Formats: sequence, C-alpha cells, structure tokens
Amino acid sequence: MSPARGNKYMTASPATRVLGVVAVAAALLMALLGLIVSPADVVQGQAVRMLYLHVPSIWIAYGAFVLTAVSSALFLIRSRRREDSGRHHDRLAGAAAEVGVVFAGITLVTGMLWGRVTWGTYWQWDARLTTTVLLFVTYLGYLALRRLPADPMIRGRRSAVMALISIINVPIVHFSVDWWRTLHQKASLSVGRRPEITGEMYWTLLYSTLAVTIVASWLIVHRYRVIRLEELRDEEALNALIASRLREDE
Amino acid sequence: MLHEVLLIALKDLRVEWRSKVTLGQVAPMGLLVLVVFAFAFDANTRLLELGAGGLFWVAVLFGGTLLIQRAFEVETDDGNFDAFRMSTIRAPSLFLGKSLGIFIQVVLLELVLGPGIVLLYNVRIDDWLLLLAAALGGTLAFSVCGVLWGVMAAGTRVRATLLPLLLVPILAPVLLAGSRAFETAFGVRAEAGWTWASLMFVIAAVHAAVGMGTFGFLLEES
Repeated sequence: MSPARGNKYMTASPATRVLGVVAVAAALLMALLGLIVSPADVVQGQAVRMLYLHVPSIWIAYGAFVLTAVSSALFLIRSRRREDSGRHHDRLAGAAAEVGVVFAGITLVTGMLWGRVTWGTYWQWDARLTTTVLLFVTYLGYLALRRLPADPMIRGRRSAVMALISIINVPIVHFSVDWWRTLHQKASLSVGRRPEITGEMYWTLLYSTLAVTIVASWLIVHRYRVIRLEELRDEEALNALIASRLREDE
Repeated sequence: MLHEVLLIALKDLRVEWRSKVTLGQVAPMGLLVLVVFAFAFDANTRLLELGAGGLFWVAVLFGGTLLIQRAFEVETDDGNFDAFRMSTIRAPSLFLGKSLGIFIQVVLLELVLGPGIVLLYNVRIDDWLLLLAAALGGTLAFSVCGVLWGVMAAGTRVRATLLPLLLVPILAPVLLAGSRAFETAFGVRAEAGWTWASLMFVIAAVHAAVGMGTFGFLLEES
C-alpha cells in the first residue's frame, strides 16, 4: 500500500515500484551495452568500459549536490516563514546528498581502477582527482553534520547553510581540468563541444547516463522516505516517553 | 556597523589577551609542528626549503583551527550567543567582528611561524610584496571560513572532531593557493604567484558575503 493511501510505514508506492523495475532493467541493458555491444577502445583497450559507469556517476554526483543546494535554499526560505514548514525540502537535501556521496565514491573507485590500467598508477595528484576527493570529503562532512543529535529544525538549518556553501566546490571540480590543464583527459561529453568519442561508444555513454540517472532517482526517492520514517520513529518514541512520564506524575 | 564589529573583535582580543592562549600555547605548538615536519622529511634541507610554503600554511591550519574552536567555546560555554540574540548587535556585525578577532590572532601566529620557517628551513624571500599579499589574502580567507564553519560546529558535543572535518576541505583551495604563492615568493617555483594570491582574496570575499547573509540563521541555534 502506498504511503499516500494510509500506510505511513512503507517506503514504496506503485509508481516507485515501476520506477524500480525500470531502473533494474535499465542497469541490465547498460551492462549489456557497456560490456558486450560496445567495442574496446584503440588506445585504452577494455578499460574504456569503466568510463560507462565513471562518467555518469560524476554527473549524477554533481546533479545530486545541486539538488541538495536547491532544496536547502528552499528549506531556509520556508522554515523562516512558519515553524515546521519545509521539512520535506530538508529531507530531499539529505537524501540527494547521500546518493551524491555514493556516486562520487563510485567515480573515485572506477577512476582509480581506470588509472591503474591506463596510467599505470591508482592515483595521480592532478587537479580533477584531488578536487573530486575534496568534494567527496566535503559532503561526508555534510552528512556528519546531518547526523548530529539536535532538534531537526536546528540541524536542518545548519546543514542547509553548509550545502549552499559546499556547492561552490562543484563547478571548481567540473572545470578544474580546463583551469589547471593537467594529466586528466578532457571531459568526454560536454555541452556545446564536439564529443571526444563517437559511434557506439558515444551512444553507450549517453545511454549509461540515462540509466544511472534512473537508478539514482529511485535511490533518492527511497532514501527520502526512509529519512521521513526515521523522523516519525523519533517523534513517536519521544511522544511515548512524554506519555509515560505523564502517567508517572498521575 | 563598524562600531559593532570593533566591539566584538576587541572583546575577543581582550579575552585572549587575558588568557594568553594564542601566544602562550598555540604559537609554540605551531613552532613545534614546524620542527616535527623536519623529522618527517629527515631534516633534508633542500626538501624543507622546497616545501616551506605548504608547511607554513599547514601549520597555520593546525594552529588556526585551535583558535577558532576556542573563539566559539568561550561563547557557547556561557550561552553568550543567547545574549547576542537579545542584544542589538546584528548578525553580520557579529560575523565580521569574530572574523576580525580571529584574523588578528592568526596574524600573530604567522608572525611567529614566518621567522620560524626562515630560520629552520633556510628560506630566502625573493618577493616581499607577493609574500605579504598572499599572507593577507590567505589569512582573510582562513578567518572568514573559520568563523562560518566554527559557528556550525559550535555547541555540539563533537565540535572538536567535527570542525576540522568541515573546515579542511573548504580551506583546501586556500592551502593550495597559499602554498603556490609562497613558493613563488621564495623563488623555488616560477608560477603565477599573484594569480594564486588573488584567488585567496576571491575565496575570502565569497565566504564573507555568504557568512554575512547566513550567520543569522546559524546564530539562532548556537
């Protein structure tokens, strides 16, 4: 049963179940295209297949962090107008940040594996790698701030301000390869510029971006609902404690 | 507004003057960090000379983080932020005042660490103007970022561990820019030192604007 129809203890609804099935199917097709249909690269060999996960992951991470910032801004605006208003924006910010951190982590791991095969080393202190790891750690800090035991509104406002400031790091990461001209290869896909890859690889990469976006959307929806359930649990536990204390007084 | 800023900064400096924490504890700790770096590099004079710029800013980061923690401990331990909220002092003034207080304390720390790297790491200064500009930009950026993140961690039981986790990733561009600018000033690297120094002023300006705009939100709950 969907939460909208009365059972508030569920995280799925008919729509998100469909989304989940689509996400699994999209991921399977992505694996098929990336591992079998798409050819090996002339220069990078089989390692190019790593990019079908690596590139969409960082795009999702950027998108998730932007969503966190926008939701945080809305939360700050709404929470000032009326007490307890805009909590859903705070939940969305938290859910998006968690998913963003996971995909930033996937970007780092796949990038290191790709680097080992292509550059001969797991890690290079180039600008993009370094700033990506900083972005990752920044949002780990954001999640740590969200975990602090405090009033949800207090915690939400602090986290929202942090999210707004942290978003400054996102463009630094994305354009650092152009700013600092380093070892990292130029972006494979870029708006308004001819792609560095073509043919089946290009379409596989585009499709992978779509598939990973569907998976990330599904994850964000479920994380949002789990956060809401955690808040409900805390509120009910608090109410039970208050009721028990009142009974003691009687 | 200027009067309020100076009032807050002077209050913080008066507290520090009476406790002597900056010069009595943090600055010697910073010098100790410079000595420990020499252990890490096996006292290789050439390596220390090459890395002196970065090591200076890392020592500033260590010492400065302690100063920021202390600047907020003295407020939260006695519930001073509640008093600020009831006073007529505006949140942006409080932000700038705390930042100015931290700025002056970090300058004092740097006045100890600067001669420290010259003497211990055998550094020669080629471009004094760039060095001073980079120190000014870096210290400004450190101060405003520190106050912004300091108030976020303030009042929490885990502030001692949370503040560095929040602060270091945001200050990383400052550390990078400060290191490169200092290395150029020391003549060990031929780079665009002034560009790096300018970057630190930009970071300081951005964080100062964000801090003035959001400090009210953060102050409400500290």
